[in-house]
Amino acid sequence: MFDNLSNRIDRALKNIKGEGSISEINVASTVKEIRRALLEADVNFKVAKEITNEIREQALGQNILIDVKPGQLFTKIVSDKLTELMGSEMVPFTPTGNPATVLIAGLQGSGKTTFTGKLGLRLKKQGKQVLLVAADVYRPAAIDQLETLGEQTGVEVYTERENKNPVSIAENAVKYAKENGKSIVVVDTAGRLAIDEQMMDEIEAVKKAINPSETLFVVDSMTGQDAVNTAKTFNDRLDFDGVVLTKLDGDTRGGAALSIRRVVEKPIKFISTGEKLENTLDEFYPERMAQRILGM
Amino acid sequence: AGKSKVDDEVLDNLEEILVTSDVGVETTLKIIDRIEARVAKDKYVSATELNKILHEEIASLLDENKSEDVEGYTIPEGIEGPYVILVVGVNGVGKTTTIGKLSAKFKSKGYKVVLGAADTFRAAAVDQLKLWGERTGVDVVSKGMNTDPSAVAFDAVKRGVETNADIVIVDTAGRLHNKVNLMNELSKIKRVMQKVTADVPHEVILVLDGSTGQNAVNQAREFTKATEVTGLAITKLDGTAKGGVVIGISDEFKIPVKYIGVGEGVEHLQAFRKMEFVESLFGGRDATKS
Ligand SMILES: Nc1nc2c(ncn2[C@@H]2O[C@H](COP(=O)(O)OP(=O)(O)OP(=O)(O)O)[C@@H](O)[C@H]2O)c(=O)[nH]1
Ligand SMILES: Nc1nc2c(ncn2[C@@H]2O[C@H](COP(=O)(O)OP(=O)(O)OP(=O)(O)O)[C@@H](O)[C@H]2O)c(=O)[nH]1
Ligand SMILES: [K+]
Ligand SMILES: [Mg+2]
Ligand SMILES: [Mg+2]
Repeated sequence: MFDNLSNRIDRALKNIKGEGSISEINVASTVKEIRRALLEADVNFKVAKEITNEIREQALGQNILIDVKPGQLFTKIVSDKLTELMGSEMVPFTPTGNPATVLIAGLQGSGKTTFTGKLGLRLKKQGKQVLLVAADVYRPAAIDQLETLGEQTGVEVYTERENKNPVSIAENAVKYAKENGKSIVVVDTAGRLAIDEQMMDEIEAVKKAINPSETLFVVDSMTGQDAVNTAKTFNDRLDFDGVVLTKLDGDTRGGAALSIRRVVEKPIKFISTGEKLENTLDEFYPERMAQRILGM
Repeated sequence: AGKSKVDDEVLDNLEEILVTSDVGVETTLKIIDRIEARVAKDKYVSATELNKILHEEIASLLDENKSEDVEGYTIPEGIEGPYVILVVGVNGVGKTTTIGKLSAKFKSKGYKVVLGAADTFRAAAVDQLKLWGERTGVDVVSKGMNTDPSAVAFDAVKRGVETNADIVIVDTAGRLHNKVNLMNELSKIKRVMQKVTADVPHEVILVLDGSTGQNAVNQAREFTKATEVTGLAITKLDGTAKGGVVIGISDEFKIPVKYIGVGEGVEHLQAFRKMEFVESLFGGRDATKS
C-alpha cells in the first residue's frame, strides 16, 4: 500500500513544472514525504518530527541542492540516519551470576511467555542448565502455557500453583535453582499496562527481590504511537537492559522499534519471528530494521 | 470561549491529535480535508462550534453499529438453530478473553451459550478457554490440543444444535494475516461448520488490539478477504493507546465496531459508542488551542 521511500523521495524531488534545479522548497517537501513515510510506519509523531528535522539539516549541510543525484544522496542520508538511530552495533545478551537471572516484562499479549520458552531452548542449546519460572498468577492457564513450552523444549519449569505472590514465587525459584545446580533462571511475568500502578509496583518488587542480571522488555512490533509511552514507563520503573521485538514475521513496518530505541536508549537484543519455538529467535540487525521501516 | 480561526495552527493541532491516536496519515488528511470543506479556511467560528464539527466529521467515518442491540446483548430472532459467532484475529489481540467476556454477557441475558475451543495450536489455549467457561458457567466443546480446528468448530455447532443452545462462539488460533495457509484454514473452518447448518457463522468478529498501529489496516484487509467479517472488537482500550486506526478501517471496509475491551476482567467489555470513542481520541485536548 505504501510506496517505498526512495520512490517517494524521487517523486518529491522531481520538479513539478520541470523548471531547473533542486530548491529548498523541494527539500522541504521531500522532508515532509519522509516524515509521512515514518508516520505510516508507526514511528512516534514527536520522534518523526525530530528525526526529519535532523535529516533536513544534514541534507542541507551536505549540500544536496547541487548534488548530481540528489535522490540517491537523500535516500542514503535517511537510511544511514535510521540505522544509526537503531543502534549501530549489536549489544549482546550476556547474563551473569550464579545462577544468572533474567526478568521478562511487557504489555498483555506482547509475546512474553512464548519468548521465555524460546529463550529457554536457546540457552539449553548453549549447554546451560535452565529454569523457567511461571510468575504470571493472573492470566487463565498462564502456568499451563509455560509448562507446555517447557515440555516441548525439555526445559524445567518452576511453578507454585497455590502461591499468588509473584515476588515470592520468583525468590523461591532462584533458591530452588541454586540448590539444583541451575545456571540460569528466566522469570515470565503477567502482562500489564504501564498505567496500572499496582501491577507496576508488583514487577518492580519482583525485580528488587531477585536483582536480575538482565531485564528484558518484550514489545509487539505492530504497536502504534503508544509504544514510546509504554516503553518509557516500563523503563522508568525497571531500568530494563534490552528490548525484545516480537511478531516480525508479519508485515508490519515496525516503526515502534525506532521510537523506543530513540526514547529510552536501550538496545534491541532479540527479534522474534514466529509462533514456533525453533529457529524463530534472532539477533537484531539495525540496518535491516531501518530498511524495513523505510519499506526498502 | 471566543472565536477561533480555522487556520494552519488549528489544522496542525488536529493533525497531531489524530496521528498520535493512530488514526494514520491518510485518514487524518481525509478528515482535515472534510473539515476544510465544511468550514472555509481562515473563517472564524466559535471554539465550541469547531470542536463539534471535528467530532462529527470523525464520527461520520465510523460505520454504524446498532449499539442498542449490542448493549442488550441480543441476537436476531427467527434464526434456525443456534446463532454462531466465529472470532478471528492476529496473535495475542484478546480473542479468547473477549469470548470469555461475551459469554458472560449473553448468559446474563438468559441465553444458553456453547464455546468451541478451536485454537488447538497455541500452548494451553484450550485450558485457557475452559477456565473462562468455568468462570462464566458456560459449556466448552474441545477435542484437545493439536486436533483439527474445523472438527472442533463442527462439534461445537453440533453440540449447540443438540443441546438447543442459543449461541455458539468459536475461538480460533491467532494467525498473522500474511500467512496464506493459516488464512485458508479459516475458510475451511467455515465450510466444515456449514455441514451442520447452512448459513453459519452468522457473525465473524475480527478482534483488533487497540494499541496496534497502521498494521491493523492490513489485518482488516486480509481478514475481510478470507472471511466475511461482520464486526470488530477493539481491545485493551483501558491503556493509554487510543485505537484510532479503527476509524480508517471502519470507513474503508464498512465494518462496524461492536465491542471494546477495557480490561482483563469478565466485566470489562462494552458496547462501542461512537461519540464516546471520538471524545476519547481528544482526551480533553482542544484542537482549537495549542
Ligand atoms: N506470529 C508470531 N506470533 C507470536 C510471536 N511471539 C508470540 N506470538 C504469539 O502471540 C500470542 C501471545 O503470545 P504470549 O507469549 O502468550 O504473550 P504474553 O506476552 O505472554 O501474553 P500475556 O501473558 O497474556 O500478557 C500467542 O499466540 C503467541 O503464539 C512471534 O514472534 N510471531
Ligand atoms: N488490559 C487489557 N488486557 C486485555 C484485554 N483483552 C485481553 N487482554 C489481555 O491480553 C492478553 C491476550 O489475550 P488473549 O485473549 O489470550 O488473546 P488471544 O487473541 O486469544 O491470543 P492468541 O490466542 O494467543 O492469539 C491476555 O493477557 C489478556 O488478559 C483488554 O481489553 N484490556
Ligand atoms: K485508551
Ligand atoms: Mg504470558
Ligand atoms: Mg486465544
